[in-house]
Amino acid sequence: MSADVNLLYTDVEDSLRDSVRSLLDDRCPAERVIANYDGDTSLGPELWRALAADLGLAGLLVPEDLGGQGASAREAAVVLEELGRFAAPAPFLTSAVIATTVARRAEESGLVSALASGTTTAALAVPFSAGPATFGSDVLRFDDGLRGNVSSVAGALEADVLLVPVPTETGFEVHKVDRDQVTMEPVVSLDMTRQLADIDLTGAASTLLIDATDGATAVRDALELGAALLASEQLGVAEWCLESTVAYLKERRQFGRIVGGFQAIKHRLADLWVEVESARAAARYAAATAAEGDPDRQVATALAQAYCSGAAVHAAEQCVQLHGGIGMTWEHPAHLYLKRAKADQLAFGTAEGHRATLAGLVDLPV
Amino acid sequence: MTDDLRRRVDDLLKQHDPATTDRLDFLRARFDAGLAWVHYPEGLGGLGLPRAMQSVVDEPLAKAGAPDNDPRRIGIGLGMAAPTILTFGTEEQKQRFLRPLWTGEEVWCQLFSEPGAGSDLAALSTRAVRDGDSWVVNGQKVWTSVAHKARWAILVARSDPEQPKHAGLTYFVCDMTDPGVEVRPLRQITGEAEFNEVFLTDVRIPDENRLGKVGDGWRVAMGTLMNERVAIGGGAAPRESGMIGVVADTWRKHPEVRTPAAHDRLLSLWAEAEVARLTGTRLRQKLASGEPGPEGSAMKLMFARLAQQLSSLELELLGEEGLRYSDWTMVRPEIVEFIGRDAGYRYLRAKGNSIEGGTSEVLRNIIAERVLGLPPEHRDDKDVPWKDLPR
Repeated sequence: MSADVNLLYTDVEDSLRDSVRSLLDDRCPAERVIANYDGDTSLGPELWRALAADLGLAGLLVPEDLGGQGASAREAAVVLEELGRFAAPAPFLTSAVIATTVARRAEESGLVSALASGTTTAALAVPFSAGPATFGSDVLRFDDGLRGNVSSVAGALEADVLLVPVPTETGFEVHKVDRDQVTMEPVVSLDMTRQLADIDLTGAASTLLIDATDGATAVRDALELGAALLASEQLGVAEWCLESTVAYLKERRQFGRIVGGFQAIKHRLADLWVEVESARAAARYAAATAAEGDPDRQVATALAQAYCSGAAVHAAEQCVQLHGGIGMTWEHPAHLYLKRAKADQLAFGTAEGHRATLAGLVDLPV
Repeated sequence: MTDDLRRRVDDLLKQHDPATTDRLDFLRARFDAGLAWVHYPEGLGGLGLPRAMQSVVDEPLAKAGAPDNDPRRIGIGLGMAAPTILTFGTEEQKQRFLRPLWTGEEVWCQLFSEPGAGSDLAALSTRAVRDGDSWVVNGQKVWTSVAHKARWAILVARSDPEQPKHAGLTYFVCDMTDPGVEVRPLRQITGEAEFNEVFLTDVRIPDENRLGKVGDGWRVAMGTLMNERVAIGGGAAPRESGMIGVVADTWRKHPEVRTPAAHDRLLSLWAEAEVARLTGTRLRQKLASGEPGPEGSAMKLMFARLAQQLSSLELELLGEEGLRYSDWTMVRPEIVEFIGRDAGYRYLRAKGNSIEGGTSEVLRNIIAERVLGLPPEHRDDKDVPWKDLPR
């Protein structure tokens, strides 16, 4: 690794974090996030308008001459930490990171500008579980349009435009498909704060966005960046779980004592703190190497996913357990984080898959 | 700043050609040029620069074939005694001790733990009684690495038994050549005697060798231990250094030991070791000022767990070879060695990693209380005069 990669937060990143957090503090109360599980999905669109337009986050990764903010993966990572802390239902990762990264490979920049302005939202039409090493597609192109289905797509319900990988003899093309061309079935998802959709593309009219020479690379790079930055969302989830658990256990009394004073509890929380700080180092390294195009970025991404996905799940499980009965209730937000953490663990490939990728990259063959 | 530092290195090499200069003369000249540890003050082997700039000195010196001070042989001096002397010592003490400490002319050891005071270090019972301009020390210390090679020791002793345990301690520099100092080897589970027991009988320490105020020994000792945890938790190191590197090499050299189950275990540990290394890098970036905080405890916790799990996996990977051990003969190693020798040694030695320098259990308490702000452990003995404690 490069010795001088900065793993801390810069002042610019801290101030971006402050503005995202204060917006989410105002507009993303836990009870409205929980309402997504009871059919009230009104929070997402409101929130995204505010994040995309007021804070300009839709174009965070888009160069300034295309109407964006020209920021790097480091800043996007900080936004994702905050979105993770709130389990916020906003398509930042799926549209502003992944779809935007794909779109930037296209020759024409119209879509990128539209994404940057927040007037258009897009999603890459692959299952949320597909990783950079494993993605595929059964969608085919015929004279009368596309044919095929894609299941469990994240960010599709919020999207105006779908970016569809279409296999050819030489690779993948990426097609742009308008939302009204497809049939979309919302999925009852494990994580309703990032609800998935099944998409039927039969007969959908499409325009070619990226041809077969570049398509596979475009999709792989976007999923790679998505996986790298998901680690920061997982860090945010883990951080919220640790902080809320520590705060609760400083108040909660049983047996006439503050529960957080029992050594069995203290040691678990100390270990969890070490795990969260480790996840932070891994997530920061993935974001920093992605931002700089560092040659070590693939190792960093696989490492961050191999570590942070489990750390977030562990933190959320500890959060439920250490809250006792209240942590098991519908009204307490702990379950939002457990569901988000578990779904995130399966996103972009499993930890085992990322370890297998690592094995190849660092010469530890089976 | 960097250019100036490079120029100083060039000047040193010009005036003291490593090829023709005596090793010790070179090291002394390097110290006097402020290039020993650049973050130390001028006149004490440094230039008052950020710690990170040390590499600007070390790299060209290594390239020029300059001798180093064999830091593994003098780890306690460099990692524990020196920062304590720098923080708490008088000007005379700094001038007297730091130069020969850094060059390795004088080896240092640490007289802290006692048979009755391990994790509860503040309960220690070695007595220091004032006698005119000096102190008379009696007691027994244990787990003292390199005591048999040491010229000096950092010592914590009880100067006032009427005070509660933390308040009655004083910190000294102890002359290991004093006739009242007796060093006996302490054999450990590896077969070696890396440590010693040290018996102190009427040892006389001049008051000028006291570090910090009378009764302030606990605060001084805490500074030392924070530095120890940072030192054990590891400095900047490249990927796959330490135990993970050994196990990864074993994996690469022995295709016949590979199974899918062992592979996933290895990769999990590889990832954890690499994340721990990055966490250490991040910690060092954060502590650019050089002040160790409770975060050092986190590094030590991770380091100990990984060393134990990795060395355990290594033995299993080796199969039949893992049943053999190099040598049970009692030897007296000169350096603290976690990695050396064979896999069996590594497995056994790693057991000490979660005990020495603060047990993992104590470190978890420290993190829980000082970082997370959780309630402290019940300590019925905290405010009782030491002499009245049950023992």
